[in-house]
Amino acid sequence: MTELERKQDRAPIPSGWDYASAPESREIVKVRERYGLFVGGEWLEPKETYTTIDPASEEPLAEVGQATEKEVKLAVSAAREAFENGWSALPGSERAKYLFRIARILQERSREFAVLESLNGGKPIRESRDVDLPLSAAHFFYYAGWADKLEYAFPNRKPKPLGVAGQIIPWNFPLLMLAWKIAPALAAGNTVVLKPDETTPLSALLFCDVLRQAELPPGVVNIVTGDGRAGAALVKDEVDKVAFTGSTEVGKAIQRELAGTGKKLTLELGGKAANVIFDDAALDQAVEGIINGIYFNQGHVCCAGSRLLVQESVYEDVISKLKRRLQTLRVGDPLDKNTDVGAINSRQQLDKIQELVASGEEEGAEIYQPPCRLPEKGYWFVPTVFTNVAQSYRIAQEEIFGPVLSVLTFRTPDEAIEKANNTPYGLSAGVWTEKGSRILSMAQRLRAGVIWANTYNRFDPTSPFGGYKESGFGREGGLHGLEPYLKFE
Amino acid sequence: MSRLPVRKTYKLFIGGEFPRSESGRTYEAEGQNVARASRKDVRDAVRAARGAFGKWSGMTAYNRGQVLYRIAEMMEARRSEFADFCSGPKEVERSIDRVVWYAGWADKLAQVLGSSNPVAGPYFNFTVPEPTGVVGIIAPPEPALAGLVSRVAPAIVGGNAAVVVASESHPLAAVELAEVLATADVPGGVVNILTGRREELAPVLAGHMDVNALDVSGADGEVPELEKLAAENVKRVVHGAPDDQSPWEIAGFLELKTVWHPIGV
Amino acid sequence: MAQAPALPTGFELPLEPRLPRIGSIDQVAIEERAGTLAKRSIKRESKVFALELAVRMTDLTTLEGSDTPGKVASLASKAIRPDPSDPGVPSVAALCVYPNLVPNAVERLRGSDVKVASVATAFPSGQSPLEVKLEEVRWVVEHGADEVDMVIDRGAFLAGRYAKVYDEIVQVKQASGDAHLKVILETGELGTYDNVRRASLLAMAAGADFIKTSTGKLSSAATLPVALVMLEAIRDVYEETGRRVGFKPAGGIRNAKQAVQHLVLTHETLGVDWLTPDLYRFGASTLLNDILMQLRKEKTGRYQSPDYFTID
Repeated sequence: MTELERKQDRAPIPSGWDYASAPESREIVKVRERYGLFVGGEWLEPKETYTTIDPASEEPLAEVGQATEKEVKLAVSAAREAFENGWSALPGSERAKYLFRIARILQERSREFAVLESLNGGKPIRESRDVDLPLSAAHFFYYAGWADKLEYAFPNRKPKPLGVAGQIIPWNFPLLMLAWKIAPALAAGNTVVLKPDETTPLSALLFCDVLRQAELPPGVVNIVTGDGRAGAALVKDEVDKVAFTGSTEVGKAIQRELAGTGKKLTLELGGKAANVIFDDAALDQAVEGIINGIYFNQGHVCCAGSRLLVQESVYEDVISKLKRRLQTLRVGDPLDKNTDVGAINSRQQLDKIQELVASGEEEGAEIYQPPCRLPEKGYWFVPTVFTNVAQSYRIAQEEIFGPVLSVLTFRTPDEAIEKANNTPYGLSAGVWTEKGSRILSMAQRLRAGVIWANTYNRFDPTSPFGGYKESGFGREGGLHGLEPYLKFE
Repeated sequence: MSRLPVRKTYKLFIGGEFPRSESGRTYEAEGQNVARASRKDVRDAVRAARGAFGKWSGMTAYNRGQVLYRIAEMMEARRSEFADFCSGPKEVERSIDRVVWYAGWADKLAQVLGSSNPVAGPYFNFTVPEPTGVVGIIAPPEPALAGLVSRVAPAIVGGNAAVVVASESHPLAAVELAEVLATADVPGGVVNILTGRREELAPVLAGHMDVNALDVSGADGEVPELEKLAAENVKRVVHGAPDDQSPWEIAGFLELKTVWHPIGV
Repeated sequence: MAQAPALPTGFELPLEPRLPRIGSIDQVAIEERAGTLAKRSIKRESKVFALELAVRMTDLTTLEGSDTPGKVASLASKAIRPDPSDPGVPSVAALCVYPNLVPNAVERLRGSDVKVASVATAFPSGQSPLEVKLEEVRWVVEHGADEVDMVIDRGAFLAGRYAKVYDEIVQVKQASGDAHLKVILETGELGTYDNVRRASLLAMAAGADFIKTSTGKLSSAATLPVALVMLEAIRDVYEETGRRVGFKPAGGIRNAKQAVQHLVLTHETLGVDWLTPDLYRFGASTLLNDILMQLRKEKTGRYQSPDYFTID
């Protein structure tokens, strides 16, 4: 009897079922100590270098080049040479096969790239493994198929490549943004010079090895690293087209710089998306959607659902579910497979987030942050929710680009539309309701380039992405993503 | 004393497997004994195709495109074998490139063939292409490889499953292709290949009530008879080009579905 | 005084006691969420605890036409002492049998802490008249069953006769007396996640002590998304009324890995409070041996062979 009783004694419940740290091994990727600039199929020794780090630990990872104006010019010349002597004359079906090779190699090496992406950028490995890499490979695969079918995309218009494209990408999805730029440009017959963001150059540099394996002719893709100075040099150089994804401020500067030059331009800039929840939404799933909308990739997403517009009749329910769900978010080592929220990309970005959050509290919003132990080193910010936010507060107007959500309420669909559109931005929006006609009506009236209904942050190479108003112009993805890289008769 | 080679046995390809004809018959072609399919084999092949259609059409377009690309990968590895069974290496290269060309269409069809339609009323209206189901293909007698590939690729890239009556005079390229399909991650039953007498098999396929479309590119004088048989269940009859490529070849095997939904608060 | 007419449907007003709003479930989102939670890996120390907990929460089950007193006797020994070579492994929570075998089970389990659970109400179909079903419930309770696992009338549910489904549960609860009542929804027949949520809320409103996914007689059963829907419904009822209803996934959980995934799901949705045999049970037969194998592997560091664990 006693023996049986003893067996029934409850073992002490471990306080908080701890998930095992399940770190993805770093061994899979070899980071060189020093990288040059990839120009004309060769590695050029850079005159000036700087150190790129791991934002989760501030550990230095490698020395990379800070490209000078001269070096950028060399890259553009190499691209021009490749364009005129081979690439543009190559039949589309041959260009297609190069792009298919690149896609397949990325698939083969996807774990290696995913680890590097998380190491250099701070995003959780689960995201880089399950989202960034598959989408990057898929993007090349999709555009490979267009390379020899352009006349079907633009019937009767005799599409031709522009020449050399200068492309500048941000730090939030380094490899994916590279794919979004290079794939359509090459499919259309152009050659490129691409500058990754200075904080996340490593996946672009490793990509050069994929180009080597694919035997891409030299000069078709050139990679120059560095900060805004290298970008400015690229924009000013002899390129036929500029494609920029980044902050609205820099986008405007580029647009001014290009005025009168005849160079074609596409811009994909910031956003302050409204995520609208109606009282008939599938609530628990809508809360998952909110989480996905603003805490995915630490909120470093131009299309982040950073303004939550909740219908008043369901406000209490949503907020209590949201707060409870925030408590189960795991902030930590980006290489840990159990991590939900990774590191903030840089000191600069962290400062900006802290400044805006402070302004939110000052202006009178109510702040909620779940209890969270942050590591000593590295750049971290706890997922945050502000309630009692007014339209005019800085946290409702300015793009924070961090894991910070501002909550506002509305009573009717008209009011939701008014508030959602009341911003100079227009990149994306979310709608949560089980009623089909309402989804379509909201989609029709929201002034945003991408509308997610009952989901959020979904991307696909076939689906055009881009903004209205100050969120930029031009579309990436889909048939429409080819247009910016072609000229027509 | 030279080594005695192990000779291949040329069988049918049904449901991802290589059975002999249930009739036990063979015929001689290109110096080999090749399985001679019967009406019952046609029946089994259609059943296999119908069984595979749900899964194949349910895959994402991206996935299907990747499978077709893998077919090209596997074909590339067997270039010399294929060259022996058709007019030569140039035809093999053309055939591989054709498969790659069609692979790239999988995730673009909806954008080129579909539409969002601006109806005169508060409705959201869109049209999407969908695969018709099971496609019966009478493969062109020539070119042995390029003809076959030019008819099979457009049929399956859109999500259909196919039952192919191979070229009667040059069936070996088709059996070689079957071996490629078996190793290229193509789900069993998506493509079924029957070798044998065209005049025996074509009418069975044309009259089968569970086949949705008939590609008569390889039929000749029999076309009027086949079209009459096809009318029994209103099959879509396609007269394809034996050695060409176009998205309209794909469209011949697709249905168009239009959906309406009101727009309102 | 005149009675006010009943409110028409559409106002989603809860029945007594108060209930959360019914609402809907988005299929794509719930399957994705369940998929993400399934990928969590738990610490090794937590794993041993989780596996022993899983044993303590198992309803060891045999529900076959061919069940005999002999079969029940051997299963009862296993229930009390799952791993004869390791007395550290606890007993299971209950032995679950058909009504005819209840007296045998009671006899064999006398003196132990293992409960006797009986299925009733024309299990598994539920397609019998209510009087017959109630009589069956009273019979098993009289003969010593501690717990009753009933099935809802899915025919009535799918035909929209929710009041009939509700009434039956209320009456079965009454007939069960002190025995605790588990209500089986047979989620594989309900067709949509929306229906799973509706049936869950209905069963809890009618007085269920536990809601259970399946009879185990259908091939599709306790998937993670279905479990998540039911756990969320349980949570909503708890938040609204303070009442804790238990959960039993049954059918389709064949190995320890799946069992742990279910526990992780529960922990993330309801917290530690539900991780006790009073509020959580696994309906299982082959699951137990796999858990025992995993436990031994965690304790010895070596992968195990099924040969070393009894098949009863």
